[in-house]
Amino acid sequence: MKTALVTGGSRGIGRAIALELGKSCYVAVGYTSSKDSAEEVVGEIVKSGGEATAIQIDVTSSESIENAFTTIEKELNGVDILVNNAGITKDNILPRIKEDDWNDVINTNLTGSFKTSQRAIKHMMKNKWGRIVFISSIVGIVGNQGQANYAASKAGLIGLSKSIAKEMGSRSITSNVVAPGYIDTDMTAFLTDEQKDNIIEQLSIKRIGKPEDVANIVSFLSSEESEYITGQVIPVDGGITN
Amino acid sequence: MEVNEVFEKVKGLFVEELGIDADKVTMEAKLEEDLEIDSLGIVEVVMAFEDEFSIEIDDEELTDVGTVGQAVNLLHSKL
Repeated sequence: MKTALVTGGSRGIGRAIALELGKSCYVAVGYTSSKDSAEEVVGEIVKSGGEATAIQIDVTSSESIENAFTTIEKELNGVDILVNNAGITKDNILPRIKEDDWNDVINTNLTGSFKTSQRAIKHMMKNKWGRIVFISSIVGIVGNQGQANYAASKAGLIGLSKSIAKEMGSRSITSNVVAPGYIDTDMTAFLTDEQKDNIIEQLSIKRIGKPEDVANIVSFLSSEESEYITGQVIPVDGGITN
Repeated sequence: MEVNEVFEKVKGLFVEELGIDADKVTMEAKLEEDLEIDSLGIVEVVMAFEDEFSIEIDDEELTDVGTVGQAVNLLHSKL
């Protein structure tokens, strides 16, 4: 059985991904501070007959990343499947973005994913098999008002992933991006009903997305069956970018 | 560590990490032409060296390394 690490796996989209991967892999459910939620996810996977462990991984800290990988390698074996999902927002319009808010978002969403991927790739190269999936966002493709920092970080993941795909293809390692649109999570909980209705109007599929909509494609991109798909960006957005 | 000990370890890593025929790994063998190691393969070998010998190898140090012997000498000088 393969070992998967999902960063930010305790809540929202990451949680749904961890639960889905739990059907076919050992899952390390990464969390930064929500230990209880991560353990709840582990509990659900175990209850359904899977195997999982909660692991603290703060992607802004190289030390934390190293500790997490070392622990996983000891408990479960090397990471075969890495889902770079951990991310934050610090929204504001461009003239009001503080430099710290820019740096925090880039450090967590982009640099954090670079660091975890770099740490994971060693085992994958040795094993001549690996799957990396980045959870980006459609705003990384089309931009968004008030999210210049977030959009830049999510666009950065696309370049990172495509480069990894080119570098590592000869070792049967694939790297792909999944770009969710509006998904019902804490990150979109601030939307009013009226705003949601406006969004739904622009969609081909007339509903806000569910975390499971994202988890299903991530699961496929993490599987053996997806071996001929690499360097791609797959929007899961109800058709809003179509 | 003696040079020939380093060579034996290096040979082991080539065989183990890259599946190269042990007979082909001589001091004179050219990494790219004789052993058919691609650029990613070189990186893999370097990472394996770093782990095996607990050293760090800078990219600059690798510019003159084209044969197994040159790699062995570089490693020997760092131990």
